[in-house]
Amino acid sequence: MQLPRIVITGVGLTAPNGDNLAAFRRNLLAGVAGISRIDVRYMGQLLAGVCHYDPLKYQKKKEVRVGTRAGSISIYCAREALADAGLDAAAIVKDRTGIYIGCTEHGNVETENEIYNISKFNYDTKYWSHYHNPRTVANNPAGETSLNLGITGPAYTIGAACAAGNLGLIHAAQMLRLGEVDLAICGGVSESIHTFGIFAGFKSQNALATHDDPAKASRPFDLARNGIVVSEGGCLYTLERLEDARARGARIYGEIGGYCVNSDASDYVLPNPVRQAECVRKAIAHAGLQPHDIHIVNTHATATPLGDIQECEAIRAVFGEGCPDTFINNTKGFIGHCMGAAGALELAGNLPAFDDLTVHPSINVDNLDPKCALPGLVLNQARRVERVDAILNNSFGMLGINSALIVRRFVP
Amino acid sequence: MTNDECKQVVLDIIADIAPDEDLTQVKPDVRLRDQLELDSMDFLDIVMELRKRHGIEVPEAEYQKLASLDSCAEYLTPKFNAAGAQK
Repeated sequence: MQLPRIVITGVGLTAPNGDNLAAFRRNLLAGVAGISRIDVRYMGQLLAGVCHYDPLKYQKKKEVRVGTRAGSISIYCAREALADAGLDAAAIVKDRTGIYIGCTEHGNVETENEIYNISKFNYDTKYWSHYHNPRTVANNPAGETSLNLGITGPAYTIGAACAAGNLGLIHAAQMLRLGEVDLAICGGVSESIHTFGIFAGFKSQNALATHDDPAKASRPFDLARNGIVVSEGGCLYTLERLEDARARGARIYGEIGGYCVNSDASDYVLPNPVRQAECVRKAIAHAGLQPHDIHIVNTHATATPLGDIQECEAIRAVFGEGCPDTFINNTKGFIGHCMGAAGALELAGNLPAFDDLTVHPSINVDNLDPKCALPGLVLNQARRVERVDAILNNSFGMLGINSALIVRRFVP
Repeated sequence: MTNDECKQVVLDIIADIAPDEDLTQVKPDVRLRDQLELDSMDFLDIVMELRKRHGIEVPEAEYQKLASLDSCAEYLTPKFNAAGAQK
């Protein structure tokens, strides 16, 4: 059975180093990171990636006050994606539009805020906000987006730890292929920097990055890497069936080529390179490609000492030495780990390579860890290449969820 | 506390919970919901902020007494004054 072809027609994003794709890409090519120090409740000054989009561009002040940061990021990204796609938000068919948003977690920020709030009142729960439940339900970011846009089709989140951004896109492609919706707004978001718990959790795990210079703190593949920089962010796409996109003359960024989601079934937090390699191989097979057909591999590597090595082991197993046109990069050196948004943002940062034939580098690699020395690794300087026909985006998460998503250059 | 001071306390709260609204033209004798974009969750906010900021409790059965600025003042001013006298 020939399944409908699915294409990307719009991108809306906010990252710590850019609030639209053009600015984000410009900074990725120029080596500009976006990490700063913020004050984290109970913990003091910590490194984090903070977004600087204007929430009031698409929300009323009251919506911002009542809603969540993840909801606000989602609304911004959704509206930006629709505008980028040349779609009038007021004119889209509301009951045939789906919203599928990946989240690493949701509700920690709002729960911590309420506990802090009632701590000022001797923990008397009569001071607990009546907004707690609508703010913390797992579908909150998608629900707020549906409210803001008046979209009445399916709107929900997909919980998939740090693989969630890819899963938003994958799920949307599946729903479009099934004919459940005609337009999908999909990707991932994260408000994680507003919960102390994620910082404290990584710190207790000895996995929280430290560095005197915030811009150098997130450094996947560097020998001196010492952990994750937690970031917020969001990236939502508009996906459509090719025939619909062509009928309206839409610009096409690329085509969903193939994907795979699998599970390690081996540990709560430790990655499993065998399952990661299996995931990548299955995605390539799903796309009907061979490893040497992939021209950019965007790694998930978060700059933990072990995790980076294990992903490199998986990539080495799949691509080996026989893929001279395959180049490998990483985006977290610029923006830290945007959690649920990571996969979607990191893919977006590479999409312009179809046009400019340039692979953005992995930055902050002063001394490459020999165990991460993959052929084709693009370090510190952007690299011009001859061909970019397929981009593979890895995103992995806790509890052993792996995802690999391939986007192909659009060829009619 | 006078009735006018009490109305100002309520307006200060509404300014925070409905920050998009212009409060300069609020008519004291007209229901707040008829002249401002306020929903039931916003009224719960007013109740919560009276509790948090001023220690004033409004039982659910008496929420309707917060309908307009005039009715707020009539209902809340004695509560404020009683609370003040206790201090």
